[in-house]
Amino acid sequence: MIARRSLTLFAGLFVLFCVIGWALGAANISLLLVQSFAYALIALGLNIQWGYGGLFNFGIMGMLMLGGAATTFISTPIIPGFWGSEGPLLLGRALLAFAFGFLLVWGARKADRVGIRGGWKTALTIVAWAAAYIIYRSQIDVAAAYIEATPDGWIGGLGLHPVLGWLFGGVLAAGAAYIVGKICLGLRTDYLAIATIGISEIIRALLKNMDWLTRGTLTVSPIPWPTPLPQEFQASGTPITDSFIYARLGFLGLVLIVLIVAFFLVQRAYGGPWGRMMRAIRDNYVAAASMGKNITSRQLEVFILGSVLMGIGGAMLVSFGQIYDPGSFQPINHTFLIWVMVIVGGAGNNWGAVFGAMLIYITWMISDPVSQWLFNGISNWSTDLGWGAIPEIQSRASQMRVFVLGVVITIALRYAPRGLIPEVVKREA
Amino acid sequence: MNELIFFFNNVIVGGVALGSIYAVGAIGVTLIFGILRFAHFAHGDMMTMGAFIAFLLMLACQALGISVPFLPTGFLVLPVAMVLTTIIALGLDKGFYAPLRKRGAKPVTMLIASIGVTLIIQGLIRLFFGSGTWSFFESETKQLIRIPVPLEGVTRTINFTQPQVLMVVCTAVAVLALHFFLTRSRLGKAMRAMADNPDLAQVSGINTKVVVRVTWIIAGSLAAMAGTMLALDVQLKPDLAFNIVLPIFAAAIVGGLGQSYGAIAGGFLIGFAETAAIFNWSVLLRPIAGALPFEVPATLAIVPTEYKLTVAFVILVVVLLWRPTGIFKGASS
Repeated sequence: MIARRSLTLFAGLFVLFCVIGWALGAANISLLLVQSFAYALIALGLNIQWGYGGLFNFGIMGMLMLGGAATTFISTPIIPGFWGSEGPLLLGRALLAFAFGFLLVWGARKADRVGIRGGWKTALTIVAWAAAYIIYRSQIDVAAAYIEATPDGWIGGLGLHPVLGWLFGGVLAAGAAYIVGKICLGLRTDYLAIATIGISEIIRALLKNMDWLTRGTLTVSPIPWPTPLPQEFQASGTPITDSFIYARLGFLGLVLIVLIVAFFLVQRAYGGPWGRMMRAIRDNYVAAASMGKNITSRQLEVFILGSVLMGIGGAMLVSFGQIYDPGSFQPINHTFLIWVMVIVGGAGNNWGAVFGAMLIYITWMISDPVSQWLFNGISNWSTDLGWGAIPEIQSRASQMRVFVLGVVITIALRYAPRGLIPEVVKREA
Repeated sequence: MNELIFFFNNVIVGGVALGSIYAVGAIGVTLIFGILRFAHFAHGDMMTMGAFIAFLLMLACQALGISVPFLPTGFLVLPVAMVLTTIIALGLDKGFYAPLRKRGAKPVTMLIASIGVTLIIQGLIRLFFGSGTWSFFESETKQLIRIPVPLEGVTRTINFTQPQVLMVVCTAVAVLALHFFLTRSRLGKAMRAMADNPDLAQVSGINTKVVVRVTWIIAGSLAAMAGTMLALDVQLKPDLAFNIVLPIFAAAIVGGLGQSYGAIAGGFLIGFAETAAIFNWSVLLRPIAGALPFEVPATLAIVPTEYKLTVAFVILVVVLLWRPTGIFKGASS
């Protein structure tokens, strides 16, 4: 029954995309398709964390930002002026200071080995943290000020292939997820949600203000594509509108390959012993623990795996948009949107997550023009009645997206709490 | 001495103002958590909504020519705004949370539902008010109070604004009223009983529906108060409280979720921590620079100003690690 239902839903989605494609033109729908597939990858990541493992990660935005920063660093061209200056030396010293501070804190935490215990150890740890912070700040502030004063103002990239940037995005997100998971995974659901939101806000504040690394609010642009750009097609004589379609189709192919590989692996993992164990932990962690499963390290595993997909997805979105603007990342667009995708699609079911991602993304994108059209209608009508027109229709209509998203999730929780394509719970007869 | 007054103006006055906003907001979050057992994420947007209601009422008052000497109109309309926000909060509960509660939804589902409510409220506010900023002090002036210090060689004055004084007064009144309500009245005792043990409370004949309603009444009115105070202290904008809902959660968690007095302490702690972290401490060190073994740099803040909100998150994470139930023991979900 579920299979029939999901086939119908996917067919409906296909028709919806065709209709929108017909209305907006092939260039626009190819843009929407690339983005919605990238969001599908991110939703898969959340589906691993929440659907498989029951982890309440509300820090998706942080992972997407890290992925974006990674691809920016790897793929933008090298700035020779920076590498020839004293910048690398100063940064190296800051890195050494960081390592030294890390050792200091690590040593303080191991102080019980040499007989320092209880309150003394706590005091020593606090002093070590403070000292490490001061040492690191004393080096990084100098380096940051020096680099920001150079003509380029930032360290530039490495000029490598963007796909390497995507991989690095996954690695960076995995590293961050390891630290976040180590810190937070012992917490209960609500606390975990709030802690992960807090950490993603810390990541945002850092990336937004570390101008030497990400240019902060000045934004980095253009970021190269892994596939030929529309301009390259134009150079070989393709008409402008067609060149956008070809270029985006090329990018779409690459995104689709990544999505299919990830989907295949994730789906296999769900059916395998590992997936069964994760569901056991999700549904009853006390029972799973009594069967000898190491709950914390399994949850850390699933948290890291999900975050890798989020990092790669975030890197893809930034590559595709060709601009890295840390200020444009918002919890609504980059955390809550993905939650709505997974909840509406069906947590625990990968087809559901992909379906939810595409449906919600297209709803999110078209609610702006649709409400603009609606407001124009109301405005004409109220002008006819003599009440005057609605002011600033354009900016108001773009705010309707948030409202629509809220309504969608409320309806979903009320009438389809397990999602449109819910998880199929197998029971042995 | 001048430096100490500078410190007082920046850290103590700023911290008290910010702390009272956080405290009033955090009480609502913590009460909802204690009674209804979920993290109410839409609290920040209830605050914004309250502030916008107060703003509209203020515009109405000014249009009608109603004003009271020495009192900003924003404070004059505060009680009405609180009542209106409370009505909306009760409506939100009836429309969004009560059906889920009836179905026996898990706290996690309630949390996601509250995010849905957040998005709906925020969407509506932005729809009607755009994304610009408004000020309560367009047509009236924000009075600055300067108190000279009667000491020799002191040139600086102790400065604070009139809304800041009124804010502290309002917070004190609200906290005292809540204290007497919780400890003296029958309903308040019922609330505390339900926060401690919902099943036992129900068995002993406490009407849980009434308690839930009272919780929303208190939380809604306090949210309107906190939002309006925040808008009076800084500016009014649609994402006003969205940025502040996390520090408020930090305050509630630091104080232990479910603990009203803890929320107050947590609010002031976070408020002071934020102002102290961005304060330029070299101002205080400069007079004794001769006695120090190192050179005093021009700026010596614990974190740069742009990381002000980050301080709250760092405190939050540290407290969650070090004592997950808060400084005062919190309720568990």
